[in-house]
Amino acid sequence: MPYPELMIKPMREEVTRLGVQELKTVEDVDAALANPSGTTFVFVNSMCGCAAGGARPAIAKALASTGKKPEKMYTVFAGQELDATARVRSYLGEYQPSSPSAALLKDGEVVAFIHRHQIEGRGPDQIATDIVAAFEAHCA
Amino acid sequence: MSGITLHHNRDDLHGITVVVEGVSGRTYVGRWHELQERGVVMRDTTILEPDTDKDAALAKLAKFGIPPDHRTFVVPNEEFVGVRKF
Repeated sequence: MPYPELMIKPMREEVTRLGVQELKTVEDVDAALANPSGTTFVFVNSMCGCAAGGARPAIAKALASTGKKPEKMYTVFAGQELDATARVRSYLGEYQPSSPSAALLKDGEVVAFIHRHQIEGRGPDQIATDIVAAFEAHCA
Repeated sequence: MSGITLHHNRDDLHGITVVVEGVSGRTYVGRWHELQERGVVMRDTTILEPDTDKDAALAKLAKFGIPPDHRTFVVPNEEFVGVRKF
């Protein structure tokens, strides 16, 4: 069941203020991901305090610490935009749903994936290291 | 996987993805929710049967994630052998 928007808003903004575009509808998702060219970062945001609370600042740290960045960056909020989240996951192949999580796609193929279990119990610096490694391996 | 083994009576694992080993030989992989009198309540859990190649299966789960075959699943106390972080 979705949480009150008032609670969620700061969590959305913590990501969107980084220039990450939020996808709220199935149409948004298709418009963003149906054209698979280039590199695309997708962050599945979550209400979870311990995991997402580390993942969101990790994105900021990652973007600030490397010059190699994906061409497009999107986010969807799991548990809030249910249909849009399901649609995003339909673009992630055999990778299983979890939230928070992050995927890097190149020409429509998932080339890096950070699962929730790789986020839990780790600090933003550690999570950022994984994100940066993916960006530097696959982005220009 | 960390390989760390934790004690059954600790509940600070809430929200953490764990591997629970069962007396039956089954392995339960999912998020630890809480410890109740009846056993461990897990979320978004998949079960590896005793005849599964567990190393290969766990490696696949590590790469592709954990299929949420059971939204909520209880591992009964009498089944519980041990738990470690995934």
